[in-house]
Order: sequence, then structure tokens, then C-alpha cells
Amino acid sequence: MTATTTDPGTVTKADVRARRTGTGVINRRRGTVATVVMLILAIIWLFPLLWALYNSFRDYSFTQTNGYLSLGGWTLENYKEAWSRGNFGLHLRNSLLITVPAVVLTLFLSSLVAFVLARFSYRFNLTLLGIFLAANLLPPQALLIPVFRMFREIPLPEFMSSSGTMLNSFWALILVNTAFQMGFCTFVLSNYMKTLPHEIYESAELDGAGVWRQYWQLTMPLVRPALAALATLQVTWIYNEFFWATVLLSRGEKYPVTSALNNLRGQFFADTNLVAAGSIIVALPVLIVFFVLQKQFVSGLTLGSTKG
Amino acid sequence: MATTTDKGTTEKVATTSTRRVEKRRSTRDRLVIGAMIGVPTVLVVWLVWLPALASLLLSFARWNGFKFSGIEWVGAQNYRDITTIYPPFWPAIQHNLIWLVFLFVFPTILGVFLAVILDREMWGSRFYQTAFYLPVVLSLALVGFIWQLFYSTDQGLINEVFGSNVDWYGDPDVNLWAVLIATAWRHTGYVMLLYLAGLKGVDGSLREAAAVDGAGEVKTFFHVIFPVMRPINLIVLVIVVIESLRAFDLVRIVNKGRNGLELISALVSQNVIGEATRYGFGSALAVIMMVISSVFITIYLRIVFREDRS
Repeated sequence: MTATTTDPGTVTKADVRARRTGTGVINRRRGTVATVVMLILAIIWLFPLLWALYNSFRDYSFTQTNGYLSLGGWTLENYKEAWSRGNFGLHLRNSLLITVPAVVLTLFLSSLVAFVLARFSYRFNLTLLGIFLAANLLPPQALLIPVFRMFREIPLPEFMSSSGTMLNSFWALILVNTAFQMGFCTFVLSNYMKTLPHEIYESAELDGAGVWRQYWQLTMPLVRPALAALATLQVTWIYNEFFWATVLLSRGEKYPVTSALNNLRGQFFADTNLVAAGSIIVALPVLIVFFVLQKQFVSGLTLGSTKG
Repeated sequence: MATTTDKGTTEKVATTSTRRVEKRRSTRDRLVIGAMIGVPTVLVVWLVWLPALASLLLSFARWNGFKFSGIEWVGAQNYRDITTIYPPFWPAIQHNLIWLVFLFVFPTILGVFLAVILDREMWGSRFYQTAFYLPVVLSLALVGFIWQLFYSTDQGLINEVFGSNVDWYGDPDVNLWAVLIATAWRHTGYVMLLYLAGLKGVDGSLREAAAVDGAGEVKTFFHVIFPVMRPINLIVLVIVVIESLRAFDLVRIVNKGRNGLELISALVSQNVIGEATRYGFGSALAVIMMVISSVFITIYLRIVFREDRS
């Protein structure tokens, strides 16, 4: 962990840590016990996913006759069947069409607010941050009724939504997700931007750069690490978003993957091997993101809880 | 335009002496700043704050959701009905509370414990951390799906190993606990991650001083480290409360929040997209959620802003 995050404090902390071990606070026996306990717990924690992976490759009738605590019956059929019965091609496409625009919009809009909060010190700054942050924490179910009713009322042209209203359209989901996620991103980004030296703006202003150019050409390139971390986090969060998609889309073929699980339940739960294969398919995109961008994911989460 | 010095500017100069005096901005710059704040604010007010207000208003009405003229103002009747003649309400409150207490007692404490141990240099620390927060990237709906492999009556691992015949997701006596264990699987890693970040910020010399004084590991943690991490402790507290209030995905995927899995969040949606469309009634439930959460949101904002100022 110390090796993965590069904060300015790392070096000194590593020093301290080395010295700490030197003073003999952790003795050897306790270290061994800790390692064993951790190993056991880690295996328990990994087990559900590994169990799903294992059974997703096994034939249903084989496991029915031999039980699940057996070996063998290898097959790829579950994946073929889950893919076609669950219509995952369509649902993954829906997820993509919702997640990508929502993440881009969230990061763009919150970087605008964050820039103003960090660059200028207006009296309303705290209030503004409060409006966004509190929105992030409100339970979405509490807002369901007005949002649902309002979207039913708002017409959209045919080419934007086949239903003719905001309800049952991807636009609704993109906007709702954006509105809810902006608080967290604004908070993290403005903290990050506040660490940039104020002098860079002064020299930019001497060169005659307006506010927009300062934002776009000066600040944005400098906050790329924070943007990358937040993008990773938001992709997983919006991909995983379940509630709004479930209630705002009433047609099954519009569902993104996560809320499509709703309908798959009835079809799949009679066949556990199919559940296993379906789970792995749904988990795969976020697992790839997780393993490829693990560092970004972790730093994104921790940026929010401590000061960046 | 150029002659008006708005009140904000003078105030600002007076309050923040560290920031240099802002020169008066051009009209274009001011428009840009206005749009930068304005567009996101309009979006969040439109989709979060106005609906919150509308929920509050509608909670005093009876409405089937069709014509606006059909709104009938009934005062506090919905609240009275909810607490007296709506059977799933008290079970839902009870389940939400059990959810909260459970999250605190098991996954939160386990998460803190894991963070404290993994914070030190230890063989394979990276591997353990990965194992614990792997479930954090999965959606709760998917968690419910994956745990079906353990909970299924005729094909589940638990019943096969123990030779039992329990419908873990269906039996109203046990399904809440089954769902909670699945939640805990995901929640532990999340808490661990937050605490690991917090522990990194703890000054190492504190520990050293404690060690020199002869304090043991456990004592050091409770008397030195834990108090220093007060902000993180509070943030975790708020997150746990909000998460247990928002809990919805898992019960929805298991049985739509019925039969032993009633939660307030599920009741709200049942009153809108379920068989009955009782908007006023559902809104009153929504307001109850909002009131509870607003207490904790206030705590959260106060911590964040205090940190911000220092």
C-alpha cells in the first residue's frame, strides 16, 4: 500500500515504520498469528467469486447427479446459454450508453464547480459545496415520486426516446446519475485543485488568459490524476447503479446489465450453474476495471475520505 | 457594468487576507464563472432539491398520480395511517435498524480490525487487501445473485454441506440474516479501505511515543490511534447509517422487499411502481427517510467543512 500511493508523506512514514519495527513493537509470534488469520479470512472472502467461477464451467446435469461438492463436468455451455437467454449483448450495450455519457458529464460539470470553488473565494462557496455534497448523500428513494412523475410529463422527440417521454429513456438515467454523483466529484476535485499554487493563475492573468482558458488549459491538465481516479470510481458506480434504472425504465429491453438482473432472477434461479455464469459475465467489466486500474480505484475512494 | 463593485468582492477582500485582491473581472469572465456554477447547480436543484421539496409537499396529500387536479390535501393523515394501519411499516423500521446495528457490529468492526493489521508491513499485505476489497466493486444486486449459489434450497452449497433444507432467501425467519451476511461480504472491504486511508495519516511518532511508554498494541490503538482518527470514525459512522437507510438493491433482487425483507426504501417504491399508486402515502414514507438521513448528512457536512477550514 505504501508503495502504491505516492503522497508526499510516504517517505517519512516509511522511515518511521522501519524504525517502529526496529523498536520491536510487533513481535514475531504475533506476526505469524496475524498472517495466518489474514490468510484464512482472505480465502473466505475470495471464495464466493471463485465458487461462482468454478461452477460456471460445470454441466448442470453433472452437478445434479454428483452434487456441487464434486469435480468434473466441464463445459462452456452455461456461458452460451446465459449469454443468449440473458440477452447480455443488448444489456451491456445499454450499460455502455448510460455509463460513458454520465461519467463524462459528471466529471465535466463537477470540474467546473470545483474550479470556481478552488480558484475564487466567494462567500457562497461553502453553501454551494453543501448543496452538491448533501445531494450526494440523500437516499434516492426519497426523491423517487416527484422525479418519476416529472419525467413522465416531459416530452422528448422520437429520435431521442422511443417512448416519447423522459421516462423510459437513457437521458433520464444519465441526468439523474450525474446530478447525484456530482457532489462527491466536486468535493474531491476542489480539494485537489486547492493544492495547486495560486501563482500559476496570476502569471496566466498577466498573459491575458481569461477564466475559461485558465480552467481548460491550466487547471484541467494538472488535475488529470484526480480525474483518472474519479473516472474509474464513477464507471464502477454508475455501472453498478440499480435503483434508478429499475424504477425509471419499465421496459426490459432498455435495462442496463445491473438492473437486468431483476428479470434474469426468474429465468436463472432454477439453475445455479446458469446463475454462476451470468454473475461472472456481469462482474467481468468491473473486475477488469478493478484489476487494471486498481490503484486509481483505491486512490479515488480514499481521496474522498481524507484530504487529497 | 464596470463601475459596479458587487458586495461579494469587498467582503472577500476583507475576509481573506491570504488571497490577493481580485482585480475586477471582465463581463465575459463573469458570465463564464456564472455559467460554470449555474449549469451544474440548476441540474442538482432540478433533480434533487426540488424533488425533495415536492416529496415533502406531497406527503400531506392524497394523489393517485394522474391529474394534478386530483391532488387532495389531507394534512398529516398519511403519517397517521403509516404508523397505525400500514402493516409493513413497523417491520420495515425494525429491519432497517437491525441492518444498521448488524453493519456496525460485524463488518464495520471487522473492517477496522483488518485495516489495523494490514496497515503494517506484512508479508502479502497487498494480496490480502485485494481479496477484501474485491467485492466492493460489485453491485449489491450482483452480490445477491452470487450468494444464490450458497442460499438456493435445492442447489445451494450451504444446504448441501449441512444436509439442511432451508430456503435461505425465502423463509421470512432467516432471509434477513442471509441478506445481511451477503451485504457484510461487500461492506467489510469498504470500511477497511476508508480506515487504511485514515491510518496512513496518523503520525508515526505517536505510536513510537506510546511504545516507548510501554503501551501494548491494543492499548496504543484504543488510547492513541483511535482518538486521532475521530474524523474518519465519524465519516464511517455516517456512511454506515446512510447505507443502511438506502439499502434496497439486495432485497429488491431477492423478493422485491416483501416477506421478511421489508425496508422503508422498498416500501416507497412499492407505492409508486407497484400495484397501487399512492403518491401521497409513498411521499410520506420518503419524508421519513429524508428526515432520518438529514441528521446524519448534517453531521457529515460539519466534519467536512471543519476539515476544510483548518
